[in-house]
Amino acid sequence: MLHIYCPHCREHREEEEFHVKGQAHIARPLDPDSCTDKEWGEYLFFRKNPRGLHHEIWYHTTGCRKFFNVTRDTVSYEIKEVYKIGEQPQVVAKG
Amino acid sequence: MSETLAPEKEGTVNVAVMNQVAGRGVRAESPLHHAELDKLAARNPRTGGVMLRELKLLGHLTLRGSQQNESFMNGCAEVLGVALPTQPLTSVEKGSVSIRWISPDEWLVVLPGDQAYEVEQGLRAVIEGHFSVVNVSGGQTLLELSGPNARELLQKCIPLDVHPSQFPVGKVAGTVFAKSTAVVRRSGEDSWELVVRRSFADYIWLWLQDASREYGLVIKS
Repeated sequence: MLHIYCPHCREHREEEEFHVKGQAHIARPLDPDSCTDKEWGEYLFFRKNPRGLHHEIWYHTTGCRKFFNVTRDTVSYEIKEVYKIGEQPQVVAKG
Repeated sequence: MSETLAPEKEGTVNVAVMNQVAGRGVRAESPLHHAELDKLAARNPRTGGVMLRELKLLGHLTLRGSQQNESFMNGCAEVLGVALPTQPLTSVEKGSVSIRWISPDEWLVVLPGDQAYEVEQGLRAVIEGHFSVVNVSGGQTLLELSGPNARELLQKCIPLDVHPSQFPVGKVAGTVFAKSTAVVRRSGEDSWELVVRRSFADYIWLWLQDASREYGLVIKS
């Protein structure tokens, strides 16, 4: 069970209060009409599946109902940092 | 819709606002009406470790707006008589009005049912800019748990640490409650308030009866 810090409630809560919403920082193409099918398909469907650091979106479903970002190690499940939507991660994978 | 109001202030979007209290001649039923808590209170044992009371038919207003909007913050303080709590997981109470912090831009105002319409109109009249106030009175109810074993009962229901060092009087937390959800508030040394959804009220009532069996449950009217 993960113990997750909510940056809005400003305390740690149990994982069952949250939902994970997948990879963070996916930029929507500014002009979808000019995308090739490959570019659009990759934007819609293709996600990273790293071994190591992963930036993902979490949702505090039963609490403040806010979205935020989490950097998590997919091997150890350790949460490296938690930051709000719109902010950039401090802990990033090398290379 | 017995009465509607469309604010005619310039620059505001027209919204239909309805008084959800149908009037004195119409019988209102709380989400736990079918449980007949009043009858249970009359014949139940007088002693037990947990007291349960439904604070029924109160007015619940969901208030949303930015803390940076001065008109919103000042308008709420003016109409509600007390400033919105900006510290996370806190609540304020003044007279018959209590305000729970739900998120940085959302609050739950609980007040006597017959004041909800008036307060809602008051808020719409004074606040400018982007905000929202919605009367959700019919969608949820308030349960009060008290007594020496109320905390132990809660420990079975929610994943939060409810020790007094972690959960002081006045703290509010939205959390998982017996696989459902509730907004839990510690209203006193030995008393707790749960805001639960109407559709889950019966389930939580059954759960509470089962969970409190070992302490003895006393229904208060």
